[in-house]
Amino acid sequence: MSQDAQRNIRCLVAKVGLDGHDRGAHVITRAFRDAGFEVIYSGLHKAPEEIVQATVQEDVDVLGISILSGAHNTLVPKIIEGLEEYDAFDDTLLIVGGIIPEEDRPGLEEEGVDAVFGPGTPMEETIEFVRENVKRRD
Amino acid sequence: MATTDEPELVRELLAGKHRALARAITKIENRTPGYRDVVSALYPHTGDADVIGITGSPGSGKSTLVDKMAKTYRDRGLTVGVIAVDPSSPFTGGAVLGDRIRMSSTATDMDVFFRSMSARGSLGGLSTATADAVKALDAFGKDKIIIETVGAGQNEVDVVKTADTVAVLVPPSSGDDVQMLKAGILEIGDVFVVNKADLAGANQTVTELRNMLDLREGEEGDWEPEIAETVAKDGDGVDELLDVFQSHADWLDDSGRRAEKRHTRYAEELRNLLREDASELLEAEIEARGGIDDLVARIDAGETTPYELADDIVAPVADALGRDRHNG
Repeated sequence: MSQDAQRNIRCLVAKVGLDGHDRGAHVITRAFRDAGFEVIYSGLHKAPEEIVQATVQEDVDVLGISILSGAHNTLVPKIIEGLEEYDAFDDTLLIVGGIIPEEDRPGLEEEGVDAVFGPGTPMEETIEFVRENVKRRD
Repeated sequence: MATTDEPELVRELLAGKHRALARAITKIENRTPGYRDVVSALYPHTGDADVIGITGSPGSGKSTLVDKMAKTYRDRGLTVGVIAVDPSSPFTGGAVLGDRIRMSSTATDMDVFFRSMSARGSLGGLSTATADAVKALDAFGKDKIIIETVGAGQNEVDVVKTADTVAVLVPPSSGDDVQMLKAGILEIGDVFVVNKADLAGANQTVTELRNMLDLREGEEGDWEPEIAETVAKDGDGVDELLDVFQSHADWLDDSGRRAEKRHTRYAEELRNLLREDASELLEAEIEARGGIDDLVARIDAGETTPYELADDIVAPVADALGRDRHNG
């Protein structure tokens, strides 16, 4: 009982690539924090390798990638590839937020993205999704 | 010790798998069942790393300094582990762990293993978890391990007990010499770092620190705390600071203090474990008696007092241990 209580959902909110706007990332970081998650924020302009490094070292349950630049089709697969290299892909919930055109979603999901949240998604929806789908570990 | 039946996780960690190291630290943080076996199996492989604690008030530049320290150690061919502790919300338990952002000098270098930890509002628990996480990094083979503390409050003192060498960051103009006389954080430093030494007031701060340290009455053969000046954002003074850390590490070895410190630390660990175990037993006992709310309801109703209840609950434990409890 007291042992379960110590478990917190850990989440990395990552900005990858060249876009310079992180207001959305800040808002979701704050919302996750208020939901009781432990949130690590990557900062702007991170390379996929940096995101992989942080995901592995921090052993997060959830990786949330925020992309507004349109480069999701190249950057997200690179991150997935890196996670696989460290055996960190299978038990990490991967969600993507930002400007993702409708027609790109099936492709991302095929690559292994668990969910895509576009602009205007209510915070509670994202938080609920994380709570329900976070991958249990021993 | 458990060398023949090491948990799989420990075997993988010792084989150099980053994922296993990360997972072991998570287990330690969460107190997942089995974490004690993991830490126990790590023990025989520890003792080679230098552990450096970095503390100081918020905004004193701890993260930036840690980033530059890690970079400089890497340039010297050493591997580095960093544990950075950030505060958590006392209401939701949530936390934003933001120190990783400043680790830009060593981005993508996997030989710097940076791990954020939340304080999780736990009394004493943090220092146990930090100490155990240090063991994981040590067993993994890191040469230098840096612990960066929250930067506010008394639990700093607890966390730094884990470190061999403690550096306290003192920003320029951080108060007059009366502040320096106050008890607490300034007593725990082996090295004082006046960071942001390019700012006005730095010289004054160095002088005040020196005066404060001159008033210390140390014993013969004690380490004389040193003062270093750095500008972490530019990396100025970091090389020299690492040399000061090295001379403290050498002093620990030469004076026999390292062995003494280790002894004290083991005692502390043992006490913490016992305290943890005891409180878990008591929690179970409280549950068995209907839960804390039911018990407190009786206090609310004026039937009993917290003192009577505590006596009542602990009595069987005291009996079992065959001791007469003294009245206190």
